[in-house]
Amino acid sequence: MTVTEQRRVWPLPGGIYLEPHKAQSLDSAIGKPPLPQQLVLCVTQPDSANAILDVQAGDYVLKGQLLAHGMDDTGINIHASTSGTVLAIRPHVLPNTSGFEELCVILQPDGEERWTRMPPIPDFTQCSREIIYARIQQAGIRGLGGAAFPSHAKLAPGSRIHTLVLNACECEPFISCDEALLKQYAADVVTGVQILLQASHAVRCLIGIEDNKPAAINTLRAVLTDPRIELVVIPAQYPSGAERQLIYTLTGITIATETLPVEKGFLCHNPATALAVMRAVVFGEAMVSRVTTVTGAALATSGNFEVLLGTPINELLLLCGIDTTQLSRLISGGPLMGTQIANLEAPVMATTNCVLATTAAELPAALPEQACIRCGFCVAACPVLLQPQVLYWHTRQQALAAATAHHLHDCIECGACAYVCPSHIPLVQYFRAAKAAIHIEQAHVAVANTSRERFEFHQARGHEEKLRQEQRRAERAALSQQTHEQVPDANGAQATIAAALARVKAKKIEQSVTANTNKQNNGDTGP
Amino acid sequence: MSSGMLNSSPHGHQRVVVSQLMQQVLLACVPGLTALVFFFGWGTLINLLWLIPLALLLEAAALRMRRRPVRIHLQDYSAVITATLLALALPPTLPWWLSLLGIAVAIIVAKHLSGGLGNNPFNPAMTGYAVLLVAFPDYMTRWLLPAEINHNLPSLIDSLQFFAGREPDAGIDAFTGATLLDSFRQQQGAQLFSEFWDTSLLAGQWSGEGWEWVNAGFLMGGLFLLYKRIISWHIPVSVLATLALLALIFHDGGSSQSQGSPLLHLFAGGTMLGAFFIATDPVTAATAKRGQLVYGTLIGTIIFALRTWSSYPDGVAFAVLCGNFAAPLIDAFTKPRPFGHTS
Ligand code: SF4
Ligand code: SF4
Repeated sequence: MTVTEQRRVWPLPGGIYLEPHKAQSLDSAIGKPPLPQQLVLCVTQPDSANAILDVQAGDYVLKGQLLAHGMDDTGINIHASTSGTVLAIRPHVLPNTSGFEELCVILQPDGEERWTRMPPIPDFTQCSREIIYARIQQAGIRGLGGAAFPSHAKLAPGSRIHTLVLNACECEPFISCDEALLKQYAADVVTGVQILLQASHAVRCLIGIEDNKPAAINTLRAVLTDPRIELVVIPAQYPSGAERQLIYTLTGITIATETLPVEKGFLCHNPATALAVMRAVVFGEAMVSRVTTVTGAALATSGNFEVLLGTPINELLLLCGIDTTQLSRLISGGPLMGTQIANLEAPVMATTNCVLATTAAELPAALPEQACIRCGFCVAACPVLLQPQVLYWHTRQQALAAATAHHLHDCIECGACAYVCPSHIPLVQYFRAAKAAIHIEQAHVAVANTSRERFEFHQARGHEEKLRQEQRRAERAALSQQTHEQVPDANGAQATIAAALARVKAKKIEQSVTANTNKQNNGDTGP
Repeated sequence: MSSGMLNSSPHGHQRVVVSQLMQQVLLACVPGLTALVFFFGWGTLINLLWLIPLALLLEAAALRMRRRPVRIHLQDYSAVITATLLALALPPTLPWWLSLLGIAVAIIVAKHLSGGLGNNPFNPAMTGYAVLLVAFPDYMTRWLLPAEINHNLPSLIDSLQFFAGREPDAGIDAFTGATLLDSFRQQQGAQLFSEFWDTSLLAGQWSGEGWEWVNAGFLMGGLFLLYKRIISWHIPVSVLATLALLALIFHDGGSSQSQGSPLLHLFAGGTMLGAFFIATDPVTAATAKRGQLVYGTLIGTIIFALRTWSSYPDGVAFAVLCGNFAAPLIDAFTKPRPFGHTS
């Protein structure tokens, strides 16, 4: 594109300015680590349902061969990231803090890297939307920006997309995988964008990139000829790369938390995902690798690597010369939103955009929490315009309803507030805990509601049953009275019948009252 | 990797500590303090040196009684700030036991009995000041005439004697019974003010009056705090703008009924100290930006009203306390609309 003037951008409200710490991992081209001893591929599906396995232990598989798939359209296909033998299928640790294990396929590489590819489609411009959609699903592509959301789900037929947003912001410090990828594969990324445009029927693509990545910006500029694609350079300001925040920065449109960007016609993807789409369509390659930044002061060298999915993080650390005596924290992702990794055996997954091995000097431990002085720094930093200090006040008191009223659920957990707080209050931890508590409470309420309904239903049915019995008894009594007119104790019998009838009447009234109240309370229809 | 240290994000942190912020606030007080000492003698400095250790002692005692960790809470400097603000607001001739009473009310009652730092609804320093003003009005309204008029500025010895309890009237002839604004009200339109206020600023007679310099000093400190982003502009600007606007409306060009020109109001008494250092106390102010504008406007209005129509010489303390009182209500009505919300 030759246009030099820049479209208007809407800077984030709030946000913070951070030291990038990216240069050390951008020195050299994207490296390729040697094949590891074994690969660990998690097959768990996004909705945490188990996958349907297509292989069993002992099978020989090719690179790109399907290992497991989901129950239905929303599932993700998992492929072997190299050729070799399936050693076992068992739970294995993942790069998380809890050490929670998930079902994984353990693969022993044979060193051949023998591919099985889908039929290449060099001229995708002839493809229908449906064919591209099917290919993206087949190739098992998931978002490589951090959430690993299945990419085809966003392209589901029927969604009305007008704008494709390519999120090249990479606003977290230390992470440089997208920048490295753009410098090296800009043309392929643009091809991926064109495929996504075709698949979504979007009329334009806005590429959002922070102004502190001049090399990537220039490479992209050089390959952009498609008039539908516009490069928009935005101020480097954390968290510019959060999805709704980026859409706002690029277009001035705000999207509420409960609305998906897709519902508003925005399709957001990451450059790495666009590259994977290009490879899946043009070369027929399934998603078997990703570019990961390996960096941090506990390493002798830093860099970006094209890593096979499933590579143990340990191997990457050894490759970069880890000094375990210096290592204080191992983080998957960046310092602001990353997850601390409990176990070095954990594999690289689609979400692992960065492995950050820091020392205590680089990322010092949190200072002790002090009282909130209500300085309002957190308010100024919050990109969602929340009042973190008020949320903190309520969540600390366990006043969950009040926290909800102050829009706790709009918090994107970006950590900007906690980063600036001079009292070192771990605000995001409070918010996460409160959200979890509310979630659990709601689940309890839901369970309680169902069991209460069931209980009331049974109770009502019991009432009904008794009522019927009593009615029958009364009828029988009336009948016997008619047939045995000469029974001496008629008065007494009549009295019993009258009493029984009165009881029935009373019950009936009571019943209708209860039913009505039930109706008012629950809106259900009663017995 | 040290185990047992698994944290959730964020893992990074800006290395700004509360104590650094507070140190900068203290630094920002220096120009105003210097002017006070220069024009009104050593009294303010003596108050300051007396109140800071006292405040720390009281704070430590209160923390211990509330079973809170003493050391970490003393490091937040909040007691030092309270002591400083109170010392700057008190007349420089106060005997020691009165300022002791003031700081005790501030730290024990206004702060710790109200829930401690972050929870106290009223600004501690202003609560202490207001209690003294109500209980000991005669002591609290004794200000000296500034050095330029008063050729007998009390010496260090004099100041120490006042501190020890000597009745000031004895040796110092130019002792006034009032602050600037008070005497202004008493002698409305009298010579003093036509001489010093209506003409001074424009005619280049700035230095004629000590209060101008004191306020200019606090203005300077306030601008420093703004520059350092320790405070935002919303509260000070709305306080000052409201005060100036009301003064302009009620100003009739300096007749005998005049309520004082906007410049008089801006540069007299505790205006700048109040607007930049006291009304901005984040614990007791309104939270949202919009709310802070309302809060500042309210305080500016009350300062003007008290100065003009009440029997108190300077309304800053009461105005701030009224603002504190209204802050929760203002907060409730000015809750900002989060991103993506349309109503
Ligand atoms: S930044 Fe920290 S101390 Fe300041 S208001 Fe927010 S939570 Fe309180
Ligand atoms: S973590 Fe939540 S409250 Fe804190 S700045 Fe981010 S969005 Fe705002």
